[in-house]
Amino acid sequence: MVEFFQQLLNGLSLGAIYALIALGYTMVYGVLRFINFAHSDVFMVGAFLGYYLGRLVPAGTLWGGLAVLAGAMAGCALLGMTIERLAYRPLRGAPTLNVLITAIGVSLLLEYSGQVFFGAAPRNFPAIFPVRTFHVGGLVLGSNQLIVILVSVVLMVVLQLIVHRTKIGTAMRAVSLNPRAAVLMGVNNDVVISFTFGLGSALAAAGGILYALNYPSVDPLMGLMPGLKAFVAAILGGIGNIPGAALGGLLLGTTETFVNGSQWSTYKDAIGFAVLIIILLFRPAGLLGRFTIEKV
Amino acid sequence: MTSRPLLRAAGAFLLLGLLLRADPPEPIRVGHFASLTGKEASFGVAGRKGIELAVAELNARGGVLGRPVDYIVEDIQSKAGESATAVKKLIARDKVVAVLGANASSNSLEAAPICQAAHVPMIALSSTSPKVTAMGTYIFRVCFIDPFQGAVLAKFARTTLHAQRVALLTSATAPYSVGLSGVFRERFTADGGVIVAEQKYAEGDKDFRAQLTAIRTLKPDVIAATGYYTEAALICQQARTLGLDLPIIGGDGWEAPQLIELGGAAVEGTYYSTHYSAESPAPEVQGFIRRYRERYDGETPDAVAALGYDAMMLLADAMTRAGTTEGPAVRAALAATKDFPGVTGRTTIDAQRNPSKPAIIVTVKGGKVEFVEAVLP
Repeated sequence: MVEFFQQLLNGLSLGAIYALIALGYTMVYGVLRFINFAHSDVFMVGAFLGYYLGRLVPAGTLWGGLAVLAGAMAGCALLGMTIERLAYRPLRGAPTLNVLITAIGVSLLLEYSGQVFFGAAPRNFPAIFPVRTFHVGGLVLGSNQLIVILVSVVLMVVLQLIVHRTKIGTAMRAVSLNPRAAVLMGVNNDVVISFTFGLGSALAAAGGILYALNYPSVDPLMGLMPGLKAFVAAILGGIGNIPGAALGGLLLGTTETFVNGSQWSTYKDAIGFAVLIIILLFRPAGLLGRFTIEKV
Repeated sequence: MTSRPLLRAAGAFLLLGLLLRADPPEPIRVGHFASLTGKEASFGVAGRKGIELAVAELNARGGVLGRPVDYIVEDIQSKAGESATAVKKLIARDKVVAVLGANASSNSLEAAPICQAAHVPMIALSSTSPKVTAMGTYIFRVCFIDPFQGAVLAKFARTTLHAQRVALLTSATAPYSVGLSGVFRERFTADGGVIVAEQKYAEGDKDFRAQLTAIRTLKPDVIAATGYYTEAALICQQARTLGLDLPIIGGDGWEAPQLIELGGAAVEGTYYSTHYSAESPAPEVQGFIRRYRERYDGETPDAVAALGYDAMMLLADAMTRAGTTEGPAVRAALAATKDFPGVTGRTTIDAQRNPSKPAIIVTVKGGKVEFVEAVLP
């Protein structure tokens, strides 16, 4: 029983990170209807910003850790908006496929520039938050795992508030619903899209730092697998749907952890993806997604 | 039509120039394929440094067979599939006479059939899987093999660490790790120990909490993690945060400064087997360390650097004995190697093209690698 709860905790802390990255995929899809493949590399840049900022603050303090987190989120928000402005905005109105290929290009550009600037060898991520271990019954709770879950929950609540309680959030939903009608109602689409990219990238940066805290080795290709998993999580929950992405991430993280702890650990990715296929067979739009007929 | 004689004259001049130029001896090209980047970069970089030191020393002595040695390295980026491409390029484009590398057995297994088909001798540096040299008669190595290493580790766990129950953690996608775990299990159970579990992961994984949580429930005395250093460091860290304060042991895949850099305090008190110890008082070893430090800013060579140096020197020795750089002759000379004095021990190549060498057990203490014991074959 202790093992079950320990695995559940491991799974939730992994799933929370997938969820944070998945939110960025889903938000961009929501407003622009395309998958931003460079998102997983923004996640990587976030982790590296954390690595460099982490050397500037005193190690192992709560305020230092939060400052690094905020700094990396701001840096990546800027990066996300720059990518949107330079790579995607000129293609606004072009076929989705063109934008998709551009996104893959941006992704490769970030990965290989990363190898040039950061070097290809994995590096040790500093312990920016205080590290403590709590024993509850037979359960071992690492402070980093708790921080991951806590920060993820806070960020998701903040995101939900932004999307549903603020003017820019209303505008985001309006653009998502019908971009042309939004323009007619006086919404500045460029600002809204830019904001969406910034917000999504900030969440990716947070995900990157939390991931690096738990698995402290960072390298320029570290975004590939978590990015792919988060993408699956976004589809699983229903792409374009924010609570769906969170649910998908948690589901995928826990499934993966339980398989990993069993005798079938070699098949963990296969089983994770099989779950996706089965769910899509019964709910083609994902768990929380609504199936809509595309209007022509 | 008038330009013809002119062209001819120019051609004749050129030919004359070529004939008259003092012809320097054609260099001997030696290829090396290694992971200079990516998660196994430490192996490739250390191997390259060892080989470059050997090449510099050979050339300072006037080269091999009176010809300078030209060293060409290809990066395989710690990725599957790159080794075959790199070796094809070395053989077809650079026309190398022999190939050195690689470290991970999976990479050597990829390259071996190509070298065999081209009749170019290949010397693997630290690929310990027995399958590597079984690929063909042109494939050699300078390190011990896993049946020996696994037996050494099992005996160490059983007698020195007094372990009764061991949990294995295997990288299912690395032939090296799968092979080493297999031998360990066999030898450890033969010695009366129990393998309580074998958990698996894939190369590049970062989350081992699930496997370690499952292992924790079974209360082993020792964990044997038979993969490579990047994963080993993360495994140690996550094991410690889960409250697993037991000895963790591994094979020569742990041999890299990054193990301590990435693992920090979590790798303290871990043990692994390797090919050589810098603490050995042997004059060959101390001389090598001194020259290596002079060349690379005081850096202490690790086992992979020593193996790289030995591989290049062994090849030069074979070419000198063969008196030529032709593949079949060099192959025969390599196969006949007897008592070659290397940094990692005396090398005699057996009928399976493997040397038999001692294994060294080391431990991590105070952020440094310390010698524990040497086990003779």
